[in-house]
Parts: sequence; C-alpha cells; structure tokens
Amino acid sequence: MTVSIIRFGGSNCDRDAERALSHLEIDAEIVWHEDGLPAETTGIVLPGGFSYGDYLRAGAMAARSPIMAEVRDAAADGVPVLGVCNGAQVGCESGLTDGAFTTNESARFQCEHVYLRVERDDTPWTEAYDEGEVLEIPIAHGEGRYEIDDDRLEELEAENRVLFRYCDEDGELTEDANPNGSKHNVAGVLGDRDSVAVLMPHPERVTLPDIGGTDGQGVLRGLESV
Amino acid sequence: MSLADSDRELVVEELGRDPTPAEAALFENLWSEHCAYRSSRPLLSAFESEGEQVVIGPGDDAAVVELPSNSDADVSGDDRESNREANAGTETEADKSVYITMGIESHNHPSYVDPFDGAATGVGGIVRDTLSMGAYPIALADSLYFGEFDREHSQYLFEGVVEGISHYGNCIGVPTVGGSVDFHPNYEGNPLVNVACVGLTNEDRLVTAEAQEPGNKLVLIGNGTGRDGLGGASFASEDLAEDAETEDRPAVQVGDPYAEKLLIEANEVLVDENLIESARDLGAAGLGGASSELVAKGGLGATIELERVHQREPNMNALEILLAESQERMCYEVEPDNVDRVREIAERFDLGCSVIGEVTDGNYSCSFNGETVVDVDAYFLGEGAPMNDLPVEKPPEPTVDRPETDIKEAFEAVLSSPSTASKRWVYQQYDHEVGARTSVPPGDDAAVMAIRECETGLAISSGAAPNWTSADPLEGAKAIALENATNLAAKGATPLAAVDCLNGGNPEKPEVYGGFKRIVDGLAEMCSTLSIPVVGGNVSLYNDSAAGPIPPTPTLAVVGTKADYEAPPLAAESNGELMLVGDLGNDADGYRLGGSEYLAQFSGSDRFPELPDAPDSFVEALAAVADDDATRAVHDVSHGGLAVSLAEMVSPDVGLEVSLSSDDPVGALFHEQPGRALVQTTDPDAVRDAFPDGTPVVSLGAPTEDGTLTIEISEKTLETDAAEIRTLRRTIERELE
Repeated sequence: MTVSIIRFGGSNCDRDAERALSHLEIDAEIVWHEDGLPAETTGIVLPGGFSYGDYLRAGAMAARSPIMAEVRDAAADGVPVLGVCNGAQVGCESGLTDGAFTTNESARFQCEHVYLRVERDDTPWTEAYDEGEVLEIPIAHGEGRYEIDDDRLEELEAENRVLFRYCDEDGELTEDANPNGSKHNVAGVLGDRDSVAVLMPHPERVTLPDIGGTDGQGVLRGLESV
Repeated sequence: MSLADSDRELVVEELGRDPTPAEAALFENLWSEHCAYRSSRPLLSAFESEGEQVVIGPGDDAAVVELPSNSDADVSGDDRESNREANAGTETEADKSVYITMGIESHNHPSYVDPFDGAATGVGGIVRDTLSMGAYPIALADSLYFGEFDREHSQYLFEGVVEGISHYGNCIGVPTVGGSVDFHPNYEGNPLVNVACVGLTNEDRLVTAEAQEPGNKLVLIGNGTGRDGLGGASFASEDLAEDAETEDRPAVQVGDPYAEKLLIEANEVLVDENLIESARDLGAAGLGGASSELVAKGGLGATIELERVHQREPNMNALEILLAESQERMCYEVEPDNVDRVREIAERFDLGCSVIGEVTDGNYSCSFNGETVVDVDAYFLGEGAPMNDLPVEKPPEPTVDRPETDIKEAFEAVLSSPSTASKRWVYQQYDHEVGARTSVPPGDDAAVMAIRECETGLAISSGAAPNWTSADPLEGAKAIALENATNLAAKGATPLAAVDCLNGGNPEKPEVYGGFKRIVDGLAEMCSTLSIPVVGGNVSLYNDSAAGPIPPTPTLAVVGTKADYEAPPLAAESNGELMLVGDLGNDADGYRLGGSEYLAQFSGSDRFPELPDAPDSFVEALAAVADDDATRAVHDVSHGGLAVSLAEMVSPDVGLEVSLSSDDPVGALFHEQPGRALVQTTDPDAVRDAFPDGTPVVSLGAPTEDGTLTIEISEKTLETDAAEIRTLRRTIERELE
C-alpha cells in the first residue's frame, strides 16, 4: 500500500507528513500535482502549506487543479483522504467536506498548541482514541475559522460528522479554548464518508516522539484503513 | 545619489575612458557602503573566523559549518573503522558530513519605508543566500528593534514588520524559531530588522558562489525582472531622509513568497541532480551585483546579453535590467550540456528561466541589443572601492546617578516594560514548527532543532541589547556575545559558530564611528574568548535620521550543538533546589546597574557590570549542568535582571520562595550582568562542584505549590504570583490585540 501526499506549488508540510508516516511505518510518497494520482494509491494526504501562495483564497486554486478530480474519484471509491490545514481548506473548496475555513477572528496567523476533543471514536481517524478524549495538537494558520450556514451545521451535527472540536484542557468547549472563532468550536469534519476527513490542527507535528508529543499518531493511522 | 567625484576619478583611471551610464550606476551601487563595507571592513579583521568546524568562512553568500555527528556515538573506534571498510564504495547519505549554512542580513531602511514588504523581502534575501550554497533552509531568527513602544508610529512599524516576516516565512515553510525584540527611543527614526537563516546541506551538495569554468552558461531563474527596487544598495547607504516614507518607496522591493517557495524546491532538485557549478542570489544591485560578484570570485569574467533577461515590464533599458532588485531570482553557472535539463526543472516549477550569457576569462561585459554597455574588470568592480579611514571619538564614561525606588514598584515597571515583557504576540504569528524539527520552541532561552541527519541537537540564540551598548559599547558588546552563549548553554548546548549583523549610525560622525568600532572590538574579543568563530555577517551603517543615530547594535546569532534534542525547561518544576550561578555583582564595588532596564525605566546612569574572568569555562560548565539528570529547570539571567528571570520561571502550578542576602536589593534584583543562570536541581552539591573555582554559586530557595513568588531580601519582601506576573508580562498583547 502507498499513501500519496499531494504536493501543490506552495505546499510546505508535505515532507513533514512523509516523515511522520515513515515513523509509523506507513509507506508514503510525495506526488507532484501535475504528475497525477498514482494507480496504486491506497490513501491520500492533502498537506498543509500555502498552495498557490493562498492567492485568490486559501485552497481555492489547488481545489480546481486537475488532480483534485482524481482525488474526489478515489474518495468516492473509499480511499481514505486526510486534509490537514491548507489541505483542509482545499478539501472544503473542492467539495470533499462541507463548510469553509476562513480568516481567524484575530485576523492574524496563530501558531500555538491547542486542545481537541474527540467527538467520535468509530472512524478510521479516531479509532486509537476514546470519545471525549482530549488531544494536544498544534495549529498554525491564519485562515482556520470554520464557517458554515446554521442549517447545514445543524445537519452536519445531526449526521455526526464533526470529528474534532477545540476545547480546554479538561475537554470543555469554552469560548476561550476556541483559538480562531470557529463555529461551535469545530476543528475538523468528516466528508460524506467516514474515510474522508479534514482538520486545521497538524497531527503530523505531534507524531515524532523525538520532538515532543505523539497525540497525532492516531489520526495518521486512519490512512492505513482500506 | 551619484558616483562620488573621487570614485569617478579612480574608475576613469582604470578604464582609460569615462564610464558609460550603466557602468557608473554599477560602480555607484557596488562601491556603496552597503555593498563594499568601505567604512567597516578595516575594522572587521578583529573577528576570528577560523576553526576546525568551519568549512567556508566570511565572503560567500552564507557561511558553512560542519556539525558534529552523534550517529555512531555508541560504536567503538574499531567497529567504526571496520564499518567504514565494509561500506567502502557504497557510501550512503548517513556517511556524509552534515553541514549547516549560516547567514544574517539587515533590511533596516526598507522596513522603515514599508514595514511589511521591507521585512518580508529581508527574509526572502537571506533564504536565497542559503539556497546559493546548495542548502535547504531549516530555521529563521529575527532580531527587531523599534522606537518606544507607546508611540503610535513604533507600533505601526512593529506590527507591519512582524506581519511581513510572518507572511513570508510561514508561506515558504521555514520555521521562525528565535530572535529578539527591543524598544529604545533612538530607533524611533530608524528601526532595525536583522534576519538570520540556518540551512542544511552536506559535503556532496555544497555549492559556492565562485564561478568555475569559462564557457559555462549563466542562467537566471525566478521572477521576471521589473523596475522594482532600483538603487536599493545606494539607498541603504545614506541617512534616512525625513520624507523617506514617500520619496524612497520605489527603492523598496515587493516580495512574492510563493515564487520563493518554488525557487526553494527547484533549487533542491537542481542540487539533487548536480546541475549547478556555482550560484548567487540576486540581492543588492540586482543582476549586475550577483553576476559580477560570481565571476569576480572565480577570477573570471562574463559576457551577458541583457535583452535575454525575462522581464515583466515592457521597454526596460539596460541600466534598469542590470540594477533592478526584483525579488526571488537566482543566477546559476551551468555546464552547456546541462542547460536543457535546468530549463525543464524551472518550467516544472512555473519559474521563468533565461540563459543570459556565459563565463569567460575576460572582462565583465554586458551588451544590450548588440551595444556594449558595460566592459570592466570584474575584480575591480567588486573589490576596487577604496576603504574609508574615518576618525573615531571615544564615548564619554558614564557617571553614577542611581535613583532609588521601592522594589515592588521597580519589579512591576521592569517586568512590564515592552522590552522585557512576553514576546508571545510576536512568535505566535510565526510558524515555528513547520519542518517537524522544533524540539524547543520560541519563548525559551534558545530554540533547539532536531538534526536527525547526524543525530545532533542544534540550539539557536539571536539578539543584541541596545541599553547595554548605549551604556558601554565595548563591554556591552562583549556582554551580548556572552549572553547569547549563555542562552545556548542553559539548554545544554555548546557554542559552535556565530554570524553577526553590525548596525550603526552615520560613520562620518566620529562619536558614532567610535561607538561602532567598540562594538566590533567587544564582540570580536568575547567571541574569541569563548572560541566561537564568527563565520559571516552583515554591516548596516547610516542608520541615522532626523531623530539621531541608533544605539550601536551588534546582533549576534549563535548556534550550538548537543548530543540530543531535549533540554531542561525554563519553568520551575515541583521539586529541586533553586541555585543562582555566576552572579559577580556583590563584590566590594557593589552592583552596577549600567545598561539595565531598571535605569531605562527610572532614568539615571551607572557603570556597566563587570564580566566574569573565565566566561568560557562558565559556559562549558553550564552546558554540562543543564544536561545533568538531576537538573529540573534552567533559565538564563539577563534582561531585566534576576527579578525578571525568577518571575519567568513561575507558573500557576509551581511558585518559588527565594531569599537573598544583600544590602542593595535594587542592585541585586535588577543589575544585568550576563553569564549568570538560575538552575533548579535535586543535587546542589554537584552544581557547586561543576563550576570552576571563583564562580559564585548560591542557593536561593525552593519551589512552592501555589504559584506564588516570594523574594526576601535584606528584611524586605516582594510578593507576587503567577496571575499577576502573567498580567504584567502581557504588555504587548494587551496593547495590540
């Protein structure tokens, strides 16, 4: 099995994802978007970064690149797809997931460690955790505020497709613990299928034990599910 | 500004004719203070730049230093020998010596005129200097200096600069892991933006900026050339005029971090495929600067056809193409057979590419549509500028005028001063974790990065201290070197090498030049004492405006190494005795408050503190203590003095109860002698034994469970707690959020 990490011009967490997956002994390779999706792809990472410099709108241009049609097809076939940070923005822009990630309430870039509450433990991305478990995972974004109209949010919640929410150390969903003003503290959501997920925080940055936390490992393990 | 009469005479004499307009403009820029270091080079020989770890010292685009390897630390010598034999002929990546590159650059004047773009392009420039060496950029550190924080204009510049660095650095995926921010009234008319970059390469991938072989092609890759940044080098070599914000805007370039990111990745592929013979980034004086310096360094020449340069504006003339400082461009020397492959790679990354000429063994010669517009000896162009021999004047000795205050009032004022307060507002805007190497993030004494390629921890500290060098340029500069080294040692690292960014005012003023000479001498002396080779740097003079000269500001970026990626925390833990090591202040002479934040707050003057006799053994011992199993926490004591360092160690879970004996509470708590640290340990005797004879080591107290800080000193007591400390330290966030 091989996970394809899609590199757009301006992706900058592609190598980090590769290193993290390699640590977990998950076979992965970086794929340049123009080269198309390799046939043997068994999982897909849309990595963080500033694809196309975030010109126009974060993720908007990458979402319209030809490889994303292949990614959507693969997702429909059940290939696990994980969008992280800019990859989450690309995921929403390309219709893989609902809603949009837009400018932080602070209007500034924020790089800090936050707490996430696991909303479901029966998805490929969260099997390693318990529902309600609190993870410590870093964010690094200027446009991470989850926005969606109220009706669709209600639907999303009714369908149980919110995967992670920002919380405090004790798992409480407070306003203070919401770093960017996301609606209902949403940090990550599922697509139509549980095998498609996007989140703004960076699990690949808390996977390598030699630089600190390992709370993100479980999320990346979702790429192994076929 | 135009070419000075005396310079023009030299040029006419060398050429045997009048220079063409393009030549005159090239000489004007390349012989400017910014490019030719005419006033500073005579002083720079004070630095020692050699050491067995130094692969390439000053003079290239960036310095190159070898990292020690811990990869085979547990393999005995014999085993290693037989491994090597077994691997003979099948050398793997792991066997290659791992190198880092180090560079530092100032972008002071552009950041005043346009803080966002000025600072952003400063980052871009130093990153391309890293690419020139065949290295991948892995860390940035920014040292920033502004006028008084409560002035609206300072805040405008501060916010713009931080946002510019954040935008550019984050977008190109290079973590900003360190730096410093200081506020001082004399930066009001002229802020400083000093950016350092560390890159990673190895012995096989190393490229230099020295042209190799006549007949090789010169290939320009990156953004199209426009009319931006014309005359930037000469603009950086004058005092800032009062109308600079409007008048000099065309001299400031605009950055495109997306193009830079593509350039980083394209450069990596070019190096992977071994397609580059030499490289130079286009910075000051644009294509003319980069291409002429590249061939001059190889003792060669070039023929360049300027019309071949890919342009993004119509009807540019020869001079504009030659001197524009459009960003995100690199000049490569490529063997003719490799040119097609290089072109393919550029195309893959959507980067413009033009073959502009070739390396020759003749003059540096440029033509435009068939007409020769430049024909000069490259070496004369690069190195022919005469040096200035300027008069120096000694700065006056400080008098002693010490205001006395209540220690709680002093504590609050010093801790909440913008220069000592928390810089979280700044580094939170920088992506400091991209790259997945950051083991100790900003907010600590030094950052620590994981260099897995040789299993070595790389610690980085960068900064200067305007109050110190204002009080005493010579001793203050020594103190800056010692302070940066102490920062590394506090995280268990031993200094390896440094680069400096020397900022001064108008050198034609003898008292300014006298101060500048002293910071050079002080920095050089302490680096030498600490055996830290100064492998490269940057000089920025004419940081002078209607508001007067800046304080002489020697930013030093030092890296150190350690055998692992872990470091003791800064915050106190719940067990272990707190010790103060290295504090010399309480001698017969009393504490000296010169250069302290205390005096900056309450006005007054004093002599600068005495420095330790054997700072090298102190740094070595501290690094060893920091890595000891019994050590719980370590924090360097410097800006703001002991009181501030103690406060920074307190958290809501762990407080400190400290008692000191001194009949001078203000002096003891607020003097800023560097080469001191707070060490929390479960084995105090081992700490006492670890430091060389003559190093004062005193026990201060123990942790408490409630987050309170109590300092008892000569019958006075200062009481505070984590919540109050946090509020006091939030000065910048409170104002700007």
